[in-house]
Amino acid sequence: MSTVSSQVELPAGVVLPIYMDNHATSPLDPRVLEAMMPYFTAKFGNAASRNHSFGWEAEQAVETAREQIAKLIGATAKEIIFTSGATESDNLAIKGIAEMYRERGNHIITQVTEHKAVLDTCKRLEKHGYRVTYLPVKADGLIDLEDLKRAIDDKTILVTIMAANNEIGVLEPIREIGKICHEKGIIFHTDAVQIVGKAPFNVIEDNVDVASISGHKIYGPKGVGALYVRRRNPRVQISAQIDGGGHERGMRSGTLNVPGIVGLGKACEIARAEMEGEAAYLRSLRDRLQNKLESELDYIHVNGSMEHRLPGNLNMSFVYVEGESLLMGINDVAVSSGSACTSATLEPSYVLKALGLGDDVAHSSIRFGLGRFNTQAEVDYVAAKVIDIVKKLRELSPLYEMVKEGIDLTKIEWQAH
Amino acid sequence: MAYSDKVVDHYNNPRNVGTLDKSSGDVGTGLVGAPECGDVMRLQIRVNPETKVIEEAKFKTFGCGSAIASSSLATEWIKGRTVEDALAIKNTDIVKELSLPPVKIHCSVLAEDAIRAAIGDWKKKNGVEENAPATAEAK
Repeated sequence: MSTVSSQVELPAGVVLPIYMDNHATSPLDPRVLEAMMPYFTAKFGNAASRNHSFGWEAEQAVETAREQIAKLIGATAKEIIFTSGATESDNLAIKGIAEMYRERGNHIITQVTEHKAVLDTCKRLEKHGYRVTYLPVKADGLIDLEDLKRAIDDKTILVTIMAANNEIGVLEPIREIGKICHEKGIIFHTDAVQIVGKAPFNVIEDNVDVASISGHKIYGPKGVGALYVRRRNPRVQISAQIDGGGHERGMRSGTLNVPGIVGLGKACEIARAEMEGEAAYLRSLRDRLQNKLESELDYIHVNGSMEHRLPGNLNMSFVYVEGESLLMGINDVAVSSGSACTSATLEPSYVLKALGLGDDVAHSSIRFGLGRFNTQAEVDYVAAKVIDIVKKLRELSPLYEMVKEGIDLTKIEWQAH
Repeated sequence: MAYSDKVVDHYNNPRNVGTLDKSSGDVGTGLVGAPECGDVMRLQIRVNPETKVIEEAKFKTFGCGSAIASSSLATEWIKGRTVEDALAIKNTDIVKELSLPPVKIHCSVLAEDAIRAAIGDWKKKNGVEENAPATAEAK
């Protein structure tokens, strides 16, 4: 009797389940938690309270965090606005700029592989009289700068292109994009959620005007994010989307989440000190994982550019094996799949489809997101487990058998449902 | 998504995995689904020409755990039945047995189609009238 359940031995020191989905969220760094703790209890003041020490203490903590974030990305503290997270940051940036610069134009340029926080925001603006161009991406997941230049017209007010993709980890050419925007007097916003703290990102060198940042992707807490808004060359203005007490220089009202902000600041401080070494470490783990998988399995390939990529990202398709069945076999390892069966919509990943991958290959993809707390022993276990399960599922796969027999699957008239 | 114990059991220990000689006169092959839909099932039967009893059933499935379980269960159920009895198996029976959630009902539909396609192929080979769903074929 054939069996799919795996007998891979657990290396010493590895505790199950293994978390390898750090693009979705990352564990809180204990040093971050330690920094946050006093602001839940003794230091509970409202940062907007100007007339007593509780307020001053909270305000001081917020300003320290602003500095920590600014330093990591090459900004100044006054250019950092706190939000509830990167989805809010994206909404505030795109809607706030669209509204503020409406008289100058109504055209926005983005790309098809953006996060839904950007795409759905753009879609909403289309209902309100804005035109949006969704640039395609090449097979490596990156936009063609010539496409961008062609898309710009005299009504273009905003270009919003992410710095690093959340599924395939590819790094868009933001420096060149920003340069093109600045030559044309167009504002450049980037969703920098995945790049900040993981790979070099500097708002001056990279010609970025507005950038969205998240706390929980960089070993900070959930429920807190930031928006960088450039104050000089050019000065960017944003219409508030939440009205109230005029916090954050009128751009985002609402009592500040002081513990969260302290955590985000601390996470940025740690990232600034450790990013270089950590990136090298993650790259070595990622390459080890990739090499092990490629040495044992045929018909697998990496999705997206390997050259322009986050160090901790590996997105691979295991052709002729369906992604969800693979996840089921490695259920003691937390990773993500581009398979339709893992999503609410039953549609495979729109990001992978945008690379030109067929639905069948998109269904076969797994995203490994390596992070600060992953170990080499974990990588070895995950590699062995994936290899074992893929081999077993391919014994079950009629497609693999047919391909091995030399049958061209594209020449079959499938009875699609 | 949480899987029922029976789905997990079929996934971990799939029954009747394998391949029969599709050119053999007593073998019927059903190949249903499509790679771009994320599931393809191939179900094969060997039928006793005298008794019309399905003496052997084999499957291979590309698909999620529920698709694998549905086809594995289908092979278990049709083995030992006559072809006419096997045609009485409905996808809803599979849904019930495996406690499939609504989003996985298509897996059971595909398994029913696979049974019908395999039997249809066998009937075609053996000159028996049939309007079963077509099996995928080379262009």
